[in-house]
Amino acid sequence: MILLRPHVLARLQSSGTGPDTDGATLEPPPAGGHLPSIATSKLLRTSRDAALRTPGLRWTDEDPSGPTRELVGGRETRKMNLYQAVRDAMSHAMMKDDTAVVFGEDVAFGGVFRCTMGLAEEFGQERVFNTPLTEQGIAGFGIGMAAMGHTAIAEIQFADYIFPAFDQIVNEAAKIRYRSGNQFNVGGLTIRTPTMSVGHGGLYHSQSPEGFFLGASGIKIVIPRSPIQAKGLLLAAIRDPNPVIFMEPKILYRSAIEQVPNDDYELPISKAETLIHGSDVTLLSWGTPIYHCETALSMLSSPPPSLANLVPESLRRARVELIDLRTIIPWDVETITESVNRTGRLVIVHEAGPRGSVGAEISAEIQKRCFLKLNAPVKLIAGWDTPVALQFEKFYTPDAIRILDGIMDTLSY
Amino acid sequence: MPASSFYMIRTARRASQIPKFLSLSRTMTTTAPIIPQDRHGHLPSSQSPITTKMHFFNSVMESGKQIPTYRVLDGVGNPIDGAEVPELDKALAVRLYEIMVLLPTLDNILYNVQRQGKISFYMTTHGEEATVVGSAAALAPNDEVLGQYREMGVLLWRGFTLNSVMAQCFGNEEDKATKGRQMPVVSDFGKKNPTLRRSCPQSLLFQNEIISQHFGSTEHHFHTISSPLATQIPQAAGVGYALKRDPERRGKNCAVVYFGEGAASEGDFHAGMLLASTIPSPTLFLARNNGFAISTPSTEQYHGDGIAARGPGYGIDTIRVDGNDVLAVLGAVREARKRCIESGRAVLVEAMTYRVGHHSTSDDSFAYRARAEVEERKKVDNPIVRFRGFLESRGWWTTEEEEGLKTRLKTDALHAFKRADGLKRHELKELFSDVYGGPEPWNISEQRNELSELLRKYGQVWEPWRKELDKFKGKGEELSGK
Repeated sequence: MILLRPHVLARLQSSGTGPDTDGATLEPPPAGGHLPSIATSKLLRTSRDAALRTPGLRWTDEDPSGPTRELVGGRETRKMNLYQAVRDAMSHAMMKDDTAVVFGEDVAFGGVFRCTMGLAEEFGQERVFNTPLTEQGIAGFGIGMAAMGHTAIAEIQFADYIFPAFDQIVNEAAKIRYRSGNQFNVGGLTIRTPTMSVGHGGLYHSQSPEGFFLGASGIKIVIPRSPIQAKGLLLAAIRDPNPVIFMEPKILYRSAIEQVPNDDYELPISKAETLIHGSDVTLLSWGTPIYHCETALSMLSSPPPSLANLVPESLRRARVELIDLRTIIPWDVETITESVNRTGRLVIVHEAGPRGSVGAEISAEIQKRCFLKLNAPVKLIAGWDTPVALQFEKFYTPDAIRILDGIMDTLSY
Repeated sequence: MPASSFYMIRTARRASQIPKFLSLSRTMTTTAPIIPQDRHGHLPSSQSPITTKMHFFNSVMESGKQIPTYRVLDGVGNPIDGAEVPELDKALAVRLYEIMVLLPTLDNILYNVQRQGKISFYMTTHGEEATVVGSAAALAPNDEVLGQYREMGVLLWRGFTLNSVMAQCFGNEEDKATKGRQMPVVSDFGKKNPTLRRSCPQSLLFQNEIISQHFGSTEHHFHTISSPLATQIPQAAGVGYALKRDPERRGKNCAVVYFGEGAASEGDFHAGMLLASTIPSPTLFLARNNGFAISTPSTEQYHGDGIAARGPGYGIDTIRVDGNDVLAVLGAVREARKRCIESGRAVLVEAMTYRVGHHSTSDDSFAYRARAEVEERKKVDNPIVRFRGFLESRGWWTTEEEEGLKTRLKTDALHAFKRADGLKRHELKELFSDVYGGPEPWNISEQRNELSELLRKYGQVWEPWRKELDKFKGKGEELSGK
């Protein structure tokens, strides 16, 4: 349901096609030295060796009962962006599982974000097909297939347009196992949908609706930050015994590039990943803002000249622990609690507004569990409680400067 | 055209072939219900006659037939024998034509200005001018319109100025329609996205990119457009019901809702039709069936006989009309509006615009059709060329007038464009206004203060913000206090 689909497709594609537009919302200030952006992020694994040593990676062709092996001999990788990694995951899923089908609006020609390029040619139009414009229909159809034990990989063209499917997802997919006394389940259902802002999408192409699903126990929500993560987490989501909503940050489709292992592998659901270890403050995020966090950390330790007098020397050596939550629900409370108990401070960053948000949920839980260890209130850096306004997006979406300010605020509380 | 764009277009068209397994049932013919010859009475509390013959049906038409299309003018603008030309004088006809020509003029100018210095780009005439302008002319200026995104012509017909159009395109300080909150913003688009412009099927791109402004104007009785598709359809039933309850407007106005055939796949379409028929309201449903929604052809949106076939299912008076024939649209929508208001009930008009020469009833005729053939067809079916033929045959239009009009419209549009280009955006504080009416909740106030504080601290030293603030009227100083 995509009034402006090609529009955002256009904008999205512009965000990763040339050096001048890379990381459109993460523009480093030209006068302020070279700050990391998605294109230069150290969080991306750009060598074969680094890719093969991705923490938690489990090759699906090895005996699952054995210990996780770190052996990487004989494994190959290929350079991929995020949409190619998503496509690769679906290809693996369909190759191994004859019941797997991929469907949604415009997926047959490759999808407006190209995530299904060539899949119809590879697997035939009985397995990769267009649906009419009906999100509740897409979700319900997927639920039906999954109830029959098939693997349904559905696409909702934009997360902003998932709401017509809300009833099917919240009242049906989430509750079928429970209401049928575990006779029926729709674990075979995965709903992929592009999410988050690209910097100029406005009200209906920039939302992060993950928070709306928090109350729907029975559903899982996963948001990857990179191509390696997208492939491994999507394969795990497709094979998870529960319905999963897999939200893909659309600005990363082209701009995030890694070496991605060729073989079939999974990354664990409900496990956060600590990307940078630290001891003074825990910085928690997921999806696109992870890269804003990286920029903020660089600005904290070596501020560009224009900001130098705003970043006290005493804070520059602060050691910040950066964690990617990855699974939004059920989230990894253990990892976050352990980290915050060590650092005594927590800053959460997401693009959705603060009311009823995932940040609010985590904040409540952590303040309960870590109350005596906290040296500062949990800080939430989010959008505002307004719709996402097009011309105002640079002041709506939390960027590196707001994260830097929030970290300094929390450190000096 | 660069190779990459060709690839995308061809890919899109290949996808328009119906998968074999999905199309098998198309070999069966459609059949209508058969009226029983013998009398066996009918079901209690129903007029359904009892029959002893087992007969399945899937059409309101007799076997193998499709719902006919109402047309007045032939392909070159001559009235068809027996067709009734709707009442119109020279002034009305010329105004119709001028607004119809203004639409592609705006397209061209917005487009060319964006692309200055870039490679040239293949353009299509998108061909919905007759449907939008013809229907607008059939309505009262204060009938409530709920559009989808291609109905700028309705606003122009009602006197929405070029400056207002451009204000929304730029989202500048004069944009009353959305205060710069809703997309799209043309200037950014053209500069930043040449890649995509080239890689998208243009027939889709154009309406979506240039004409898809999110207009809205209470003054013009035009409800603000929303990006989610089809949401306006059930709302229209409510608008119609409110009109019916209003003693001032009852019997005088109707609600008019526009939507594409793709949007008619949404549940909201069915909900809207159902509500307008069960809770009767003067609501005019206007489906624009142009054969495509993004890459997906209408043959994948429905298996039945278009949108019109659904009207009788809800007991709604229905007509299918040639959407490229402005006089057919004018006549049909006038009559539809009259029925709507007189009966206080819904009416459905399906306008077929076939702008890319696609036969919606054929599975794959389009897939490998030669470009030249498509081009030829477009010329014949072009609603503007067709109506001009009519005007000329009546002696209402000359070549000089044509030249004069084109120059004038171009000059006016260019002038408005340049003017809009020089204006700033709304003040930054508008980010936080209009979330609620009445007293502002604490969270909104606090967040405005938080951003103000951040701007005071970083507004001039954080380059991405400093650059951005320049684009706003007042440079954000109403917040930062500097």
